[in-house]
Amino acid sequence: MTVDPTISFLTVFVLAVFVGYHVVWNVTPALHTPLMSVTNAISGIILVGAMLAASPAESDWGAWLGAVAVALASINVFGGFLVTQRMLEMFKRKEKKGEAK
Amino acid sequence: MNLLSPNEVGLAYLVASVLFILALKGLSSPLTARRGNVFGMTGMALAVLTTLTLTHNAGLILLAIAVGGVIGAVVARRVQMTAMPELVAFMHSLVGLAAVFIAVAAVNNPASFGIHVPLPRGNRIELFIGTFIGAMTWSGSVIAFFKLSGRMSGAPIVFRGQHMLNLLLALAMLGCGIGFYLGDAQAWPPFAAMTAFAFLLGFLIIIPIGGADMPVVISMLNSYSGWAAAGIGFSLGNPMLIIAGSLVGSSGAILSYIMCKAMNRPFLSVILGGFGTESGAVAAAGQAQRNYRSGSADDAAFLMGNADSVIIVPGYGLAVARAQHAVKELTLKLREKGVSVRFAIHPVAGRMPGHMNVLLAEAEIPYEWVFEMDDINSDFANTDVVLVLGANDVVNPAAHTPGSPIFGMPILEVDKARTVLVVKRSMAAGYAGLDNDLFYMDKTMMVFGDAKKVVEDMVKAL
Repeated sequence: MTVDPTISFLTVFVLAVFVGYHVVWNVTPALHTPLMSVTNAISGIILVGAMLAASPAESDWGAWLGAVAVALASINVFGGFLVTQRMLEMFKRKEKKGEAK
Repeated sequence: MNLLSPNEVGLAYLVASVLFILALKGLSSPLTARRGNVFGMTGMALAVLTTLTLTHNAGLILLAIAVGGVIGAVVARRVQMTAMPELVAFMHSLVGLAAVFIAVAAVNNPASFGIHVPLPRGNRIELFIGTFIGAMTWSGSVIAFFKLSGRMSGAPIVFRGQHMLNLLLALAMLGCGIGFYLGDAQAWPPFAAMTAFAFLLGFLIIIPIGGADMPVVISMLNSYSGWAAAGIGFSLGNPMLIIAGSLVGSSGAILSYIMCKAMNRPFLSVILGGFGTESGAVAAAGQAQRNYRSGSADDAAFLMGNADSVIIVPGYGLAVARAQHAVKELTLKLREKGVSVRFAIHPVAGRMPGHMNVLLAEAEIPYEWVFEMDDINSDFANTDVVLVLGANDVVNPAAHTPGSPIFGMPILEVDKARTVLVVKRSMAAGYAGLDNDLFYMDKTMMVFGDAKKVVEDMVKAL
């Protein structure tokens, strides 16, 4: 008798929560807003599920729903990473000036 | 026929998962944060390209990605830093809605996800969880977005029997979930009803929460959006979605905890809502007329110009007035005169965690000058002048008085400084609806006006 795959997924889930807990406590409070926008982008990983939904063997209305979900998740992925980049650039600029002094 | 074997796909997903963890790890310092973000983007690109090899209609998918990508890129470029909270709320709502759509598509056609047909009961539980969290995230975030962007009043909306109604809705939702579990493989009626109840519940849970608690709400919805992604990961049997979703979920949960702690409010009371309505009216009515000293921007500039050390305490008022660039001018002017200028940031300053830091960074104020509450609190006693810009509750000494509604809340100990300048639009109370003794102290001078205008006048006077 084999283990139900759900148990393996549960294992992954619990361990990932632990990793998330420890990594996030180490984030400096000054970067909490970029943390939020980057987690926004990362939760856009749901894009992967949306791509599968948009791609059934025989297309029906479900595929269109999936395509809409792909577009929504893409807004998150692109918007999230780019706005994080933009914010982090602001933190970088001064650091360069600091070196020049 | 597939380009990659299932094992190769699994390994690519593992690499992407690790890259997401590194993306968050990078944020432990501004020096490594940009590299972390690049890791995150790489992980996402890898995940998407790998998945693309599994799909049949790449054309449609790429088109949809392009549409979403262009919208996302334009929004990311155009958004004002003061509007970050709205943007984040908007993006949470998208994840929620996408999760619901995916779940609906999975019930409609499980085969496209490699799920057994007819839909096994175990998968139905996972789909149920993914759908209701997604639906609540969507409707909750939409309300949060409207409140944050001022399209809807930030005042809490409370009515009698609210909690009872929420409880009934939650039970009804659970009932429909059980119906979906026990019913046919494509039991649409209970599934649709369950989704509708979840939408309504998300809406009702956020409307009673007031503007001051928005940092908690936004963190909480951040957490929900992660759990929604993880829930979909369970349904699709995809460990990468589970890992990424859990990272986001725990991140949001930790931020909610930090925000609640910084306001000294139990998480449950924030969620139950209604803060800042009744107490405000009572406090205002109970106060007799009290005397305070007010001065002009010129007077304030004179005091700061002659000081050795100045600490600026920025608050939400600064964000609203978009005064961050004017504040930078002021800082540079004072520094030219040899005055030591630093910034003190309370964890709940602004409307989302870390918001004030980003606004100061946008104005090119070096982050070495910006200090967190715990690092600077002991320095106020040795400081000549403190300039409070649009902050109120976070500097209210009432937090030290037992019996005060905000007793125990960690505050910036501004009252210990030699002179305190407070820039405010009026004597009105803050979010907590409390009068602030700081304003009536002998060493305090009030400067009335819009933060940006006042700071610009100070710069001129110097």
